[in-house]
Amino acid sequence: MNIFVCVKQVPDTETKIIPTSDGSFIETASIKWIMNPYDEYAVEQALLIKTSNPAANVTVVRLGSVKDTEALRTAMAMGADDAALIEAPDNLDSYSIAKALKGAIDKSGKKPDLIFTGKQAIDDDALQVPQILAEMFNFPSVSVIVGFEQSGTTIKVKREVEGGALEVYEVSTPVVLAANKGLNTPRYASLPGIMKAKKKPMLQYSLGDVGVSDADRRVKYSGFKLPPEKPPGKKFDATDAAKQKEVVAQVVGLLRTEAKVI
Amino acid sequence: MANVLVFTELHDGHVKPVTLEILGKLAGQSADVAVIGDIGTEQIAALAKCGAQNVHKIKGANLDKYSPEGYANALAEFIKSKNYDYVFGGATSMGKDLLPRLATKFNAGLASDVVNFIMEGGTFAGTRPLFAGKCLAKVEVVGPKPHFISIRPNALGMTPNPTAGAGAANDVNANAGDIRATIKEIIKATSTKVDLTEANIIVTGGRAMKNAENFAILNQMADVIGATVGASRAAVDSGFAPHAMQVGQTGKTVAPSLYIACGVSGAIQHLAGMRTSKIIVAINTDPDAPIFTKADYGIVGDLFTIVPIMTEEFKKILGK
Repeated sequence: MNIFVCVKQVPDTETKIIPTSDGSFIETASIKWIMNPYDEYAVEQALLIKTSNPAANVTVVRLGSVKDTEALRTAMAMGADDAALIEAPDNLDSYSIAKALKGAIDKSGKKPDLIFTGKQAIDDDALQVPQILAEMFNFPSVSVIVGFEQSGTTIKVKREVEGGALEVYEVSTPVVLAANKGLNTPRYASLPGIMKAKKKPMLQYSLGDVGVSDADRRVKYSGFKLPPEKPPGKKFDATDAAKQKEVVAQVVGLLRTEAKVI
Repeated sequence: MANVLVFTELHDGHVKPVTLEILGKLAGQSADVAVIGDIGTEQIAALAKCGAQNVHKIKGANLDKYSPEGYANALAEFIKSKNYDYVFGGATSMGKDLLPRLATKFNAGLASDVVNFIMEGGTFAGTRPLFAGKCLAKVEVVGPKPHFISIRPNALGMTPNPTAGAGAANDVNANAGDIRATIKEIIKATSTKVDLTEANIIVTGGRAMKNAENFAILNQMADVIGATVGASRAAVDSGFAPHAMQVGQTGKTVAPSLYIACGVSGAIQHLAGMRTSKIIVAINTDPDAPIFTKADYGIVGDLFTIVPIMTEEFKKILGK
């Protein structure tokens, strides 16, 4: 069984984002990169499957800057067998990314049975790559999954939709599954795991190697800027118990007369 | 002028409000609507009022419930029979799942989660937040047509006096094709409230809620004002609330008209997910909590005393 996990490196959630002076992208020099949080659930699910199918091979694939290979090394330290890294700019669009991932998976020579991704990357928040990848492979896909059960060739997955309702899907391999928080509890990499990861194979490709060119861009971004700051609001002190009722009544009144939202 | 198709999903037989927001904003273009399944005359009238010229009701075997493949196959077949420049849809659970697959059937691009746009000379140019709203960028679609765009619910707002369209209903037969991922069962949510991403009012609890049981006071207030209850990452990670309720960078990005943050400190990843709310109220004991920098109305005080008082005040003002 061949399992592929597509991961992305994204700025840490606590990062302050600063657009470049020409607005073409964001300043990336001082960013702390982490594995996209949803991808951790994707890696963990692949490793859980490997536990019950020891012959399964787990390959992690990532696109992006080659300066820092943190996400791939982390995934291999957690237990993935090997990795592929496609050197690419950090502001590529979803269509190009999916095409490149498919190119790298095809180049591995291994026929994919399961492809896991996170449900979205928390940088561009496009929520497109798993579905595009599935369509390019002509595979079914289920996104935003919070439950995975395998019995024989049938896989039962739970997809979270609006309001926390769950759609239960039945699929068989090959399939693309996009993981949400709640699917499992990602393991930490052990020290021996980290040491072993250093010796695990990591193939490196250029975008050209995997068949992607500028002509594959479908979405263009420009004019990166900070959102407008709100003017300072009104602040009320309600720490004095005697005044609480009066202050709250005043705020509720303002919500109706000034803000007109109630 | 561009030829535009707006895909609408149905929820209990009703079109989603985001469809009407999109139609209103498309004034000056030629806009049709596509729906899978049947739709009542009063819903067609609502679409026409906002500018729909034709309402295409797509029908066929295996289209009675959603599947990403079935819906994408049927819509692709219909779209290929027409000459649309753009296909719009809501960035809802279904839209986010369906539209990337549909666009790829045309090797076309999709600009997702757009919060504002113009159609200058019939060409789309949009704005969308990136990094969970920590910055904004202009977004354009290039390459083969049609170009696909998904719009974040609640972001555009309703156009006050939309230009009406003919609203001609039309039945279309289409094939769902080969469906490999099928829904076997739907497990209903315990809450019947509207989803956070579509909610008009949200009440959120943070770490200061202390436990899951204490969320009851937020639910009481939410019931009075018709709000959906959310939670900060700190509250979710502490086990007070499920992840489906999480607002912020690794949860949901929301844009209600009123957001009431109770005991939420305002970590950067939380602010990113709710900063586009129209009016923000913050209740926190710490006068220096970062949430106050984004609040239109800040109340320094203990949420456990303030929230019940506020619930009573809302009852009074709403005559409940």
